[in-house]
Amino acid sequence: MSQHPRFSVLSSSSLSSDHSHVQSPTATSTTSRFSLPSVNTTPTSTTPKPPGQRPNIYDRPLNKTRTAEVSASAFAFLFSEVVQYTQKRVAGINDLERRLNTLGYRIGSRVLELQTWRTESSSKAPKRETRFLQALMSIHTHVWRSCFGKPADGLEKSVENDDEYMIVDNDPPITRNISVPRDLSSLSCSSFTAGIVEAVLDGLGFPARVTAHNTPTAQYPGRTVILIKVEKSVLEREEALK
Amino acid sequence: MAIFGLWVINKAGGLVYQRDFADGLAQLTSNEYLVLAGTLHGIHAITSRLSPTGSSSGAQVIEGETFKMTILLTVTGTKFVLLTSLTEMTADTVLQKVYEAYADAVMKNPFHTPEMPIRSEGFDTRITTLIGTGQSS
Repeated sequence: MSQHPRFSVLSSSSLSSDHSHVQSPTATSTTSRFSLPSVNTTPTSTTPKPPGQRPNIYDRPLNKTRTAEVSASAFAFLFSEVVQYTQKRVAGINDLERRLNTLGYRIGSRVLELQTWRTESSSKAPKRETRFLQALMSIHTHVWRSCFGKPADGLEKSVENDDEYMIVDNDPPITRNISVPRDLSSLSCSSFTAGIVEAVLDGLGFPARVTAHNTPTAQYPGRTVILIKVEKSVLEREEALK
Repeated sequence: MAIFGLWVINKAGGLVYQRDFADGLAQLTSNEYLVLAGTLHGIHAITSRLSPTGSSSGAQVIEGETFKMTILLTVTGTKFVLLTSLTEMTADTVLQKVYEAYADAVMKNPFHTPEMPIRSEGFDTRITTLIGTGQSS
């Protein structure tokens, strides 16, 4: 099977059909997740820039785009294609969710970096979230706002399990136009969002396993819960820091 | 004033969506609906060629004694057909909104195959809200 470098993330997860790296996402799959799109970067660095052309996307000032927005329609079509592309290459719902999660993970690591960079340049006392609850709050508010333009609708702690936390979104913008057919009813395309959350938590040093679940209510048919299952080490450290 | 039914016909003349909005309407079998939609597709193509003065997009309204049929042809060739009573004035605006719902809930849904029958819960919900409000006003 010839592998295109850009698709290395997808193909590597398809080859490992065992579920081991789902259980501990940080242990085995981190190397494959950070593959860079080498195809895009090479031509820009070698060819000289013709005068009067728009600057390369990598050269644009990052703070200028702080409040820039992306067309929701354009994103909806792109995401729809992403789901269709992924669906053609998987065996089942679990596999599909895992791949969407992996794609989101790549977004999340960039979101975290960009956010850290922006707070560093704008506030006088930039701060890195070191406590778990503060980190969750920041994801609930800041990450959600920069990704979806609004804070999430709820942050809850599981009553049954100490290591489970939930971020609730009543109407996730990226799945607003998606109607999942009955035979796939347990599928949640918000696994993509779960991947973003997982990457941000990982980057902040709180390794966790993050999944998405549909929990429709009469008022909010698209209500989704992002379930965060943190690793034991995180809770132990929190306990020690108290 | 009443809206009786909505059809969506794909660019090949196949009926991909059909729904009734009033009780006690004369029922046809799904096969009959398919045949009629295909025939309407043909008639529409004929009317677009009939125009004596320049090119035409084809029939927009067909009226009978008891009902009116408003046809919206999109640039991609998909047709939205609304069956209403003769006095219904909102058919055009309703069809525009149906088109919008179709663009959102059908075309942006990764589980829909273009040109195939529409089985999207989101579209059903949007149409229910839309036509529901259309009837009360």
